Amino acid sequence: MSAPGSLQFCRRLLRRQLTLAVRRPVEIGNPLLFFTMVVALFPLGLGPAPDKLADFAPGILWIIALLSNLLTSDAVFRSDFEDGSLEQLLLSPQPLYLTVLAYIGAHWLITGLLLALICPVFALMLNLPASAIATLALSLLLGTALLSLLGCIGAALTVGLKRGGMLISLLILPLYMPVLIFGSAAVKGAVVGSPAGPYLAIIGAMVCLAIALAPLAIAAGLRISVDA
Amino acid sequence: MTDTAHSSPLLVADSLSLTRGGRELFRDLSFEINAGQLVQLEGSNGAGKTSLIRILVGLSRYGFDGTVTRPAPILYLGHLPGVKAMLSPRENLAWHASGEGTYSDTAIEQALQQVGLYGYEDVPSHALSAGQHRRVNLARLYLSSCPLWVLDEPFAAIDKSGVSALEAQLLQHVSCGGAVVMTSHQALQVDYTLEKLRLDGGIVS
Repeated sequence: MSAPGSLQFCRRLLRRQLTLAVRRPVEIGNPLLFFTMVVALFPLGLGPAPDKLADFAPGILWIIALLSNLLTSDAVFRSDFEDGSLEQLLLSPQPLYLTVLAYIGAHWLITGLLLALICPVFALMLNLPASAIATLALSLLLGTALLSLLGCIGAALTVGLKRGGMLISLLILPLYMPVLIFGSAAVKGAVVGSPAGPYLAIIGAMVCLAIALAPLAIAAGLRISVDA
Repeated sequence: MTDTAHSSPLLVADSLSLTRGGRELFRDLSFEINAGQLVQLEGSNGAGKTSLIRILVGLSRYGFDGTVTRPAPILYLGHLPGVKAMLSPRENLAWHASGEGTYSDTAIEQALQQVGLYGYEDVPSHALSAGQHRRVNLARLYLSSCPLWVLDEPFAAIDKSGVSALEAQLLQHVSCGGAVVMTSHQALQVDYTLEKLRLDGGIVS
């Protein structure tokens, strides 16, 4: 018997998180249901004129993606904190930087990736031009990774609090703004036929930066939360 | 257990002091834990036992004075069982967040059998009782290779036969060159030199 390598341990944690998620399908379904409901409400509020909806669609879809991510990020570390697994994770001989990435990866797979896969349906509901759908999916794929990375910082800082939901929004929403701006700009660009590449590249750069730095902040946040 | 463990201490605490809520829990507490020691941490409720344990294992990093050196890997079992209700006992152990080892299926089955969970390996843990959750956690004592065990109330919610099996396992561990630091409100029934760690005086035999 030997200690597993760091990558092996990360894979194991990823598998554990995904198994837990699959056994609680409600938690995967909730954000998607939220997304569907809000998308369905917009035509009722704005009026069913297809042109108008198509105008607003990039912004609407991105705002909902952001909010549905905010809804779920609160729970990333919560159950592990409550049952003591988090203490064990912090004491483990494995680098916390990588293990935290495994948690974020699992969160992104069950929220962001799924959303990016089914967003064409929502795009059709809001009459987004078909030419922009690929860009929408791509921008969501990249952007939600950034949202997960940032959301987990808030989750780590507030996991020790009984009701951290409101606080996490206050902490994290400002950091979400650049993603929203560039994400919706990429889709708008695709709608009018201008290249979306530069926007996606900026989001990609932000994702790289966040992958490098967010786990450090998350690890520190978790240590503080468990210490308190 | 490692051979070097005999020569050097497994844990060194140097002049630890902790004040909580204006009340001094301990001051200038210094001690060493060496291989072969079975140490019971003494103190009434609220005396600071759990606080000390959390400092010793490294969960509390701020708010106290003094230093703790941990040359040896530590297996820590706290109040919380760390058992996921949606995973089976087997998965809980195989994918444990402590990332300490890679265990074979047979090793896990044997460990679960030792803690009296034979036949429960693949039952979802939410179908188990609180005591059985604790037992799943205690199965780690049969899997781990850490020389130093730090256990916070390991007997809580465990029945009589479980307690005596656990005592036997502790005895086995210390006689093989390991060391145990534990808190318990029950008197340990072991045929071994039991040392007491007092918050106001350090280790006394």
